[in-house]
Amino acid sequence: MTPVVMAAAETAAATGSTGEQVTFWICGTLAVVGALGLILSRKTVHSALFVALTMINLAVLFVTNGAPFLGLVQVIVYTGAVMMLFLFVLMLVGVDTSDSLVETLKGQRIAALLLILGFGLMLVLVLGSALNGITAVGVAGADEAAGGNVEGLARLMFTTYLLPLEVVASLLITAALGALVLAHRERWAPRQDQAQMLKQRMARYKETGEHPGPLPNPGVLATSNAIGTPALLPDGSPTDLSIPAPLRGSVHSRIAGRPDEIEADVAEVAQIASGQETTRPEALGPVTGHEDPATEQADEQADQHADDQDGGKA
Amino acid sequence: MDPSAYVILSAVLFSLGGLGVLLRRNAIVVFMSVELMLNAANLAFVSFARMHGNLDGQVIAFFVMIVAAAEVVVGLAIIMTIFRTRRSVSVDEPHLLRN
Amino acid sequence: MTIPSLAAPLSEGSEGAVEPITATVTAADAGGYFPLMWLLIALPVIGAVVLLIGGRRTNRWGHLLATVLPIGSFVVACLLLVQMMGAPVDERLVTLHLWDWTFAGMFEAPFALRLDQLSMVFVMLITGVGSLIHVYSIGYMAHDPDRRKFFAYLNLFVAAMLLLVLADNYLLLYVGWEGVGLASYLLIGFWQQRDTAAVAAKKAFVMNRVGDVGLSVAIMLMFITFGSVTFDQVFEAAPQAGDTALTLIGLTLLLAAVGKSAQFPLQAWLLDAMEGPTPVSALIHAATMVTAGVYLIVRSNAIFDLSTTAVTFVLAVGIVTMLAGAVIACAKDDIKKSLAGSTMSQIGYMFVAAGLGPAGYVFAIFHLLMHGMFKADLFLSAGSVIHGMKDEQDMRFYGALRKVMIVTMVAFFAGFLGISGIPPFDSFFSKDEIIKAAMGTNIFAGIAALAAAGITAFYMTRMLAMTFFGEKRWKEGTEPHESPAVMTVPMLLLSVGALFGGVFFLYVADIEVWLEPITGYQPTEPAIPEPWLGILTLVIVAVGILLAWRQYAMRTVPQQPPQQVSVLTVAARNSLYDDAFNEAVFMRPGQYLTRWLVWFDNRAVDGAVRGLASKIDGFGEGLRKIQNGFARSYALSMVGGAVLVGAVFVVARWF
Repeated sequence: MTPVVMAAAETAAATGSTGEQVTFWICGTLAVVGALGLILSRKTVHSALFVALTMINLAVLFVTNGAPFLGLVQVIVYTGAVMMLFLFVLMLVGVDTSDSLVETLKGQRIAALLLILGFGLMLVLVLGSALNGITAVGVAGADEAAGGNVEGLARLMFTTYLLPLEVVASLLITAALGALVLAHRERWAPRQDQAQMLKQRMARYKETGEHPGPLPNPGVLATSNAIGTPALLPDGSPTDLSIPAPLRGSVHSRIAGRPDEIEADVAEVAQIASGQETTRPEALGPVTGHEDPATEQADEQADQHADDQDGGKA
Repeated sequence: MDPSAYVILSAVLFSLGGLGVLLRRNAIVVFMSVELMLNAANLAFVSFARMHGNLDGQVIAFFVMIVAAAEVVVGLAIIMTIFRTRRSVSVDEPHLLRN
Repeated sequence: MTIPSLAAPLSEGSEGAVEPITATVTAADAGGYFPLMWLLIALPVIGAVVLLIGGRRTNRWGHLLATVLPIGSFVVACLLLVQMMGAPVDERLVTLHLWDWTFAGMFEAPFALRLDQLSMVFVMLITGVGSLIHVYSIGYMAHDPDRRKFFAYLNLFVAAMLLLVLADNYLLLYVGWEGVGLASYLLIGFWQQRDTAAVAAKKAFVMNRVGDVGLSVAIMLMFITFGSVTFDQVFEAAPQAGDTALTLIGLTLLLAAVGKSAQFPLQAWLLDAMEGPTPVSALIHAATMVTAGVYLIVRSNAIFDLSTTAVTFVLAVGIVTMLAGAVIACAKDDIKKSLAGSTMSQIGYMFVAAGLGPAGYVFAIFHLLMHGMFKADLFLSAGSVIHGMKDEQDMRFYGALRKVMIVTMVAFFAGFLGISGIPPFDSFFSKDEIIKAAMGTNIFAGIAALAAAGITAFYMTRMLAMTFFGEKRWKEGTEPHESPAVMTVPMLLLSVGALFGGVFFLYVADIEVWLEPITGYQPTEPAIPEPWLGILTLVIVAVGILLAWRQYAMRTVPQQPPQQVSVLTVAARNSLYDDAFNEAVFMRPGQYLTRWLVWFDNRAVDGAVRGLASKIDGFGEGLRKIQNGFARSYALSMVGGAVLVGAVFVVARWF
């Protein structure tokens, strides 16, 4: 932010010029839009972006209010760090997650709207009537006395508010440690080297017959989303193991719009692979994603999960 | 410019944040709504500082930001931990507060 | 009731009533053997403890120890008796304070023993007869695998009974009272593998509880009325108490006595109690425990003297039981049950005597003493017969045993002479005195006592004839034989008491003079001049004997009891329908009441409680909806609260 802008802002703050009014109405409106977007958007990522919008606009308003330092901190710390942290967590949790906007608690939505409306109205009316006719002194004088906004804040922080500053500092340290502790995952079993893992794998193969080798590559079919399509084993039967676990079910449900085509593809490939002219033999079992037991189970689980969310009270 | 306009804007944002807390089930969104409410409060602080002509309000707003940052760190860590065990970040997760 | 008392010299200036003796002598002051009084109780307690805790290790010598210890008590008792006889009359009441036992506020009951002339008589009877029966039991129980336990219980009984008669206050007496009840229960049910024995023990225990409630209520009433439960203080305060209180105390004491002594209407348990081993029947259910009721009444004479109502009830109970017991004894074929009926009847005599007031107390105790000897003798003889007849108790399968069990026959015959009132043996004196006193006080009681004397002679002759005379009616394979000396010697010793105890105690030991300081004594003039009354009694007894002899010795006794008999006989065979009566009057209504209570409890009480519970539950369910576990709902209520608080501020500001 250049000194020019700062000077302009200072002037605006002192005078309450038309420029400030324009800024207020634009940024205020955008801030409210961001807040509404936060509430209304179905996807969490969108919500986060809307919050970032609100915060940036608020930063501008801070500046117009004679708090350029806070405005910068808002942009750097809040929008830059905190919101990005939110986004990181969102990535970890799954960008995909979208809230169902169906309200599960009976009456929660109506009651929340009414109460918040009442609360907001009360705040607006009370504050409006209380602050009506008050003219702002402006912080320009205070800034000037200290030799600038940052200097003024610094003077206050390291004199009058020294103790709170120390307390807050230790709070930050504690929070950082707390986050470390919370996010830390204890290793309960000793780390295994590759030889041990190989032995275990062979032991499992001996006991349960689990396939010791690597999982099959994803099947590649021209007509469908490759990664979500089951691969074919050498004997021609399709295997669900080739589909990454998170995609089982969900991707299928996405490509389920064209189940006939997939079924046809799979059947064709199977026939070619087995060198038979006839249609798919019974021994191959069900091939389609829909009829595959494992996939179906995954589907059910997904459904159940959705049910849980929808019917939270059940 | 009438300073009460800022305060009213902050009241509106605060209320919207509260609405978000009440209506959204995703813990992260709820968290962001809380951040929004804190920001709205900060706006009010800054406006009051301007009305009174001293910097104390701005210092308080600064402290609020620090505390909010700390809170975000811990809160997100908690969300991560819960997600790790429950595979869900819904605050309506049945029996989260029951039993 | 004022009684010209011979006790007057003891307390100058008395107004005629039996002045309670309060000038007690402590054992320490009395010196001599008196401080050893506690040994009387301690010795049998040691026996019981050693045998019960020692377990199987004491099997070989346990019964010997348990026999020696009561004999030791007997020796101590003899020493005490000698010393007491040597002491002046007003120094014969000795107390021994062992330790402070129970105290709460103004209530206190020390663990103290009191030995006076009355207790002394009982101590001699209990330790003497008890020792003989212990010796007898060595032979009788020789083949029982649980003999050690039997002797432990017997010792326990002796200890409890001694505690009962030596107690210095009613609360301690109550301990002994319950102790003998426990011992009685354990010993009646000694052969618990028999259902009948187990049921009989339970029956005795339950019916005794009814009486025991009476005693506990009496003790509470005493504490309320007199503020104390020690004999001295109660008797001293009795004349100042109100009529109602005294009558109530008297009646509750009578209830206790009736329960313990198997008197009407709580008599039903005694016949069943014969399920116990015969030595038990002899010691507990004939000689000692069942006479505790008589002891209680005589001991409490200060109270009964002051309440005409209570005394009249005692008399009535005595008359009814005396006649009923005698009638039952005539009809029972089981030798022990017949003797049990006789016991009821004889204790009825004692109650009659006690119900006559100061004229009879002495003779109640006198007859009790005689009864203790001749009835123990009779029971031991009967036990010897049963032992020889392979546990057969039905007299219809006896007969002609005089030829094979001559010693037993002699002992039984001695008991017969003792109980029947033939001069110059025991009952001739004791029963005669009771009849005389009754005739002088209450003519109905006198006539009833006369009649009972005749019936007594009848049933005793019947028993004697059916058992030892007539022809053999033995079951196949029965080979009666004489019992070993360890059994016959005690029988013979008791026979001596049964024959000559009366003469000894009335003319040599002067029992009425001995007891008079405790019980008071007031000779009465019978309605019929004395020689004639004696002759009349003898005639009635002779008629009873002759009738029974003609019926049971001259004619053949059938093995099956005859069915064409009078209503009275049938009733007597059924113990005068006491069980049926109890069942109809107490058990059935009790069962109905219980069922109704259960129903009431289920429907009304539980219904109300459950209804309330379900209402509360419903309310809780309603509240639970608020606590639904959803964080957002809680947040919503927080916002609601914030709005409310804000609104309150706004409104407050507004106005």
